[in-house]
Amino acid sequence: MTNPLRNPKDQRLPRIAGPCSMVLFGVTGDLSRKKVMPAIYDLANRGFLPPGFSLVGFARRDWADEDFAQVVHDAVREHARTPFSEDTWKQLSEGIRFVQGDLGDADAYLELAKTVGELDASRGTGGNHAFYLSIPPGLFPVVLEHLKATGLADDKPDAWRRVVIEKPFGHDLESAQALNQLVGEVFETGSVFRIDHYLGKETVQNIMAVRFANAMFEPIWNSNYVDNVQITMAEDIGIGGRASYYDGIGAARDVIQNHLLQLLALTAMEEPGTFEAAQVRAEKEKVLSSIQLPKDLGAYTARGQYAPGWQGGIQVPGYLQEEGINPESATETFAAMRVDVDNRRWAGVPFYLRTGKRLGRRVTEVAVVFKRAPHLPFVADAVQELGNNALVFRIQPDEGITVRFGSKVPDTSSMEVRDVTMDFEYGETFVESSPEAYERLILDVLIGDPPLFPRSAEVELGWNILDPVLDFWAEQGQPDQYVSGGWGPHSQYDITARDGRTWRRP
Amino acid sequence: MIRLENTSGGAVSAAITAERHRMGSPATGMVLTLLILADEESQADATAAAVATARQHPMRIITLIPRPDARHTQLDAEISVGGDDGPGEVAVLRLRGELSEYANSVAVPLLLPDTPVVAYWPGNAPENPSDSKIGRHAQRRITDSANVRDPLAALAIRKSGYVPGDTDLAWARLTQWRSVLAASFDQPSSPVHHVTVEGESDNPSVVLLGAWLGQSFGCSVDTVWSDKVGIRSVRLDMDDNPLTITRNDDDKTVTVIRPGRADAHLTLPRRSVSALLAEDLRRLDPDDMYGQVITNLEI
Repeated sequence: MTNPLRNPKDQRLPRIAGPCSMVLFGVTGDLSRKKVMPAIYDLANRGFLPPGFSLVGFARRDWADEDFAQVVHDAVREHARTPFSEDTWKQLSEGIRFVQGDLGDADAYLELAKTVGELDASRGTGGNHAFYLSIPPGLFPVVLEHLKATGLADDKPDAWRRVVIEKPFGHDLESAQALNQLVGEVFETGSVFRIDHYLGKETVQNIMAVRFANAMFEPIWNSNYVDNVQITMAEDIGIGGRASYYDGIGAARDVIQNHLLQLLALTAMEEPGTFEAAQVRAEKEKVLSSIQLPKDLGAYTARGQYAPGWQGGIQVPGYLQEEGINPESATETFAAMRVDVDNRRWAGVPFYLRTGKRLGRRVTEVAVVFKRAPHLPFVADAVQELGNNALVFRIQPDEGITVRFGSKVPDTSSMEVRDVTMDFEYGETFVESSPEAYERLILDVLIGDPPLFPRSAEVELGWNILDPVLDFWAEQGQPDQYVSGGWGPHSQYDITARDGRTWRRP
Repeated sequence: MIRLENTSGGAVSAAITAERHRMGSPATGMVLTLLILADEESQADATAAAVATARQHPMRIITLIPRPDARHTQLDAEISVGGDDGPGEVAVLRLRGELSEYANSVAVPLLLPDTPVVAYWPGNAPENPSDSKIGRHAQRRITDSANVRDPLAALAIRKSGYVPGDTDLAWARLTQWRSVLAASFDQPSSPVHHVTVEGESDNPSVVLLGAWLGQSFGCSVDTVWSDKVGIRSVRLDMDDNPLTITRNDDDKTVTVIRPGRADAHLTLPRRSVSALLAEDLRRLDPDDMYGQVITNLEI
């Protein structure tokens, strides 16, 4: 039966989640406290959560419901985006439960099953439960096994069960396939939500809006006009407290495999028939499967490790000096490479990808650099300062779009042309503070809307591209050291220089 | 703030541009022009609300205040651009004397090129907003029937003068209530036979909520007036126990009592005019749902 109060004409009613609860594993982790809990509060505060929404924490700690509620409270207080409201908190805290137990303790899962069953009865969560696994992937098997054994993972005809997992989705193709198989044995494909918070960002979605809602970009979005595409994700911070996660993983696995390849896919894909999840995914998969690595990996890849130095006026240690890092570690904190998209639209257009930690500034951007005009009817002097036209999607911070083009320098008697930029700042033009990616993604999980979540095929295609590079690097010894606070090792410039091009300074 | 006395629409437009240049940011990302038609009593609040809304929807705000009582015919302007209040541009214009009849002529040079125009009457509004001097320029016309002396009569006028593109803040005030109500029926439930809406006397939102529910369920509606503000409660009678949503005395939360479910408490704070305006400006195409409810309103 359709809901008589939902009318397609009604554009004001927000999408809000139906009755449900969320079970959070890994409640003490950074991500849970800084992102997941605040996002849940923000959703509640904005009225997107259903009456009776409940949050169940599962951990080894010897806590009562109130203790867990206090942890959530503190996390919300410190990290929530929207102002703290006692009323919202009161309403949310009524649904907070805690189940104490070891991840491998079968009895604890029976207790968990009892708790969610009790919530169905007392808070009307309707048997709909999402399991958020904010735990290291090594612990997935034991959790999934127990969820299955207690029947918690079983879909029922009128109630859903969903599982949310965070990256990394494996560390190479083989491990990713193993993980997908493992999750797939317990949850149905449609019930697995892989969170890549990048895909929840408004500006990432805006890439599709700009490309497919406008007439003026599409005609030049191909190798006839595009010279090269540069996708950069630079962080100014080091590895912080993530030594145990990061060492052995490195920049390419951490960032290129998922974020940068997703950005590449959105930039390069063909127009999907509709924005249905399946169609968008099919287009992304087509692009990802036409990606080719250069033959000479030595010439077209670069990696580095940050050395001690000064970053933005603060003295910082090098990667090998960071606490918890093996002083002989060969893990890269900077990775750059060229890939090609072998299809009619992009043949011959290099896509340069790079990411690194402890670089000059925090910035993520996709820069589409155009070819120079075929003929410039000016004297050489006049256009000396003119570069290539470019269209840049700034993903973060200062989300927006910049268009770079040539314009006459005012007030000169002769014709002189130089680059100017026209800037569209997303945050300023739209919502005061756009929702955090996690808000959007968690809401999508609870509603069951999958377009923003990568499926196993995309994840595996990503590893397929990256694995040969990782294997190659594994034989090359130590990465180059680079100065903290700069733009990475010199070897990256050789990649573009070989093609007669240069990296933009982002 | 810049004050211009005895000026013209073109001069005001030039002053805004000059101010932009002086600040070094001639390029702006304005998405619309908002024309506010207000009297001295309502202009300050309406302008302030619009300025707050400009954080979400950067816009040029033109507040037009007719002053037919003035002896001299002249245009006085107060202009501010991109201050601490937000990225918008604001011009408050007083149309004195005979000029008060020709607000149109002042507004035209100030409309941003090739962007939507929205007209907003915070208080009294013309009978046919779409056919008024200012409304004719606007693709969206926002009235506020709660903010006039006889709100229910105003609602009847909104009904008779409705043209797609009209909206009323009394409708926007209901969105959160409607959202909670709609969510209560996302799961299958038995049919609703009768609706009772209780709320503040003469509050047009109470009438609109009843009309929306009655039309959606195809059932009869009772309205119960209360001496407290806003909407107090909604009761939906079904085969089994009724579903009720009641605003609590704290005025910030509601309690949902549903058949076969535990009671639930939800935050449902009152919203500021700027939040309502922001909601209204999110989409500038006609609000067909409002159109359906207002044109079928029994009043």
